Amino acid sequence: MTLASSLQALSITLTHCAKTWPDGSRALEPLNLEVRAGETLALLGPSGCGKTTLLRMICGLEKTDAGGTIRFGSDDVTRTAPEARGVGVVFQGYALFPNMNVAQNIGYGLKIRGVDSVTRHRRVTEMLELVELEALAERRIDQLSGGQRQRVALARAIAIEPRVLLLDEPLTALDARLRQQLRVDLSALLKKLGITCVIVTHDQEEAMMLGDRVAVMSAGRLEQLGNPEMLYRQPASNFVADFLGTLCHLRGGPVKHHHGVDSLTFRPHEVQLQAPGHGLAASIRARFYLGSHVRFELVLDDGQPFTALAGPDAPWQPGDSVSITLNQTHAA
Amino acid sequence: MGRRAWLIIAIPAVTLFIAFWLLPMAKLAGLGAATPQGMDVSAYWLVLTQPRYWQSLANTVGLSLAATLATLAIALPVSRFLARHPAFPGRRVLMSLLIFPLAFPGVVVGFLVILATGRQGVLNTLAKAISGEPMVLAYGMAGLFIGYLYFLLPRTIGVLMAAVEGIDKHWLEAAQTLGASPWRRFVDIELPALTSALTAAGAMCFATAMGAFGTVFTLGTKIDVLPITIYDEFTNYANIPVAAALSVVLGLATWAALYIANTLASRSAQRR
Repeated sequence: MTLASSLQALSITLTHCAKTWPDGSRALEPLNLEVRAGETLALLGPSGCGKTTLLRMICGLEKTDAGGTIRFGSDDVTRTAPEARGVGVVFQGYALFPNMNVAQNIGYGLKIRGVDSVTRHRRVTEMLELVELEALAERRIDQLSGGQRQRVALARAIAIEPRVLLLDEPLTALDARLRQQLRVDLSALLKKLGITCVIVTHDQEEAMMLGDRVAVMSAGRLEQLGNPEMLYRQPASNFVADFLGTLCHLRGGPVKHHHGVDSLTFRPHEVQLQAPGHGLAASIRARFYLGSHVRFELVLDDGQPFTALAGPDAPWQPGDSVSITLNQTHAA
Repeated sequence: MGRRAWLIIAIPAVTLFIAFWLLPMAKLAGLGAATPQGMDVSAYWLVLTQPRYWQSLANTVGLSLAATLATLAIALPVSRFLARHPAFPGRRVLMSLLIFPLAFPGVVVGFLVILATGRQGVLNTLAKAISGEPMVLAYGMAGLFIGYLYFLLPRTIGVLMAAVEGIDKHWLEAAQTLGASPWRRFVDIELPALTSALTAAGAMCFATAMGAFGTVFTLGTKIDVLPITIYDEFTNYANIPVAAALSVVLGLATWAALYIANTLASRSAQRR
């Protein structure tokens, strides 16, 4: 039986979970959250919003305040020690054991469980194949690249056949290009494993690519939970809208005159630039050619700044006057 | 850096090394090869063939080893506690008390041991009050052992605390989520991470104990350890060749013990 078929997916249910530090400050307001069996949930938010604390509560490294419960499927694990919860965790920075080589790192959880060496070897080999590191079994950790370390950490977490998989900023330590590739790989691997997974990230693109659903957090609160498209199209608050991509706001006389509303809130890609004429008058302050598109920084005549995206052939240069229309606007 | 620049740095370094290490050592080693007055063999031969010198060496190595192991055994849990609890009430006072004896010369440490376990000491007074039997440790091996602990603990705790603080707590948390009990985390993750610090601290303890003189001298010149034997040969009997030969033996014995300890430590690090 391969690992992918032996993993069973369990839901994670948090009920009224809060976290107060000994000094009385609140890291997490009371929160209810269900991660469905087999889904990948991304916890997205700025640093200090409580997302890592929430992850640490799920794996048991932090206790919830009295009254909170955590269940894996129907099993109440609120008082279960981290070593007995059966969670696979990939830590930020990976936390690979420097005194063990790649294979020993991956096999450590199995060794602790008393798995015999033949079975252990077979499982480690299977893990190495899964993350495509067969050739590096005997390597020391300090001989690995960042991307290889990330995969060893993932293999180590999965090797114990965890009930749930928790990833804390799994790609943050990597450079942008590699991160892009590993997002695709990680997404495919999680789909293949079908395991219930929670990913903490501060990167909205990562959250939207990896998460079946995304939970946006701010200041210890859950702001909104939903699939990426829903969050982007129907953000419940300005915070959510702003965190998932750039959001522009315009208000004042010209806005009222052209659109009949006091203020406008829109995404840069919803702006259409035209030669001066109909629509709100604006002028180009800066132009950034980005290959697939051009990003313009503009100002209205009264000085309010905003951003617009246009196709790669957009002709305007800094100093040009344009007029703008909007394809779609959000309620302010 | 160019060749000339290297030479500018290397020449004074080599000169210093020759003047303050190589020449005195060569002289010392040469002195040991001389024949003491009234004898017809070299001092090295005497030192290596007379049982009383062997006894003195065995006492010194045994005591130093015991003091080193006891120091490490006490310092490790204390350092772990102090490193892991950065803010408990009284921590600063405790740290100051621990560091306080650092500057004491061996003489003062010896004096402290006498105050604690000597004939008029706290321990003896207590023992007599409780059981009627006297209990005096200060003037023998036991007193010296206690003195060495005074001497070695603050230094060792300092070194080990820094090493424990250097352990990434995520390693321990990762091991924990993988199912490791506190004991397994200690054995599999912490100890390997501390091996080099433990070896370095142990080597420092052992070498310090092998050569300690002030404490022994204060506690009594009847204690048979090499530094005292050397002192006796040098000052009381003016037997400079034997003093020199014993010094070389002391140096070699210490070096050999540290070499073995280092080899064992690096082997155990590789095996893991």
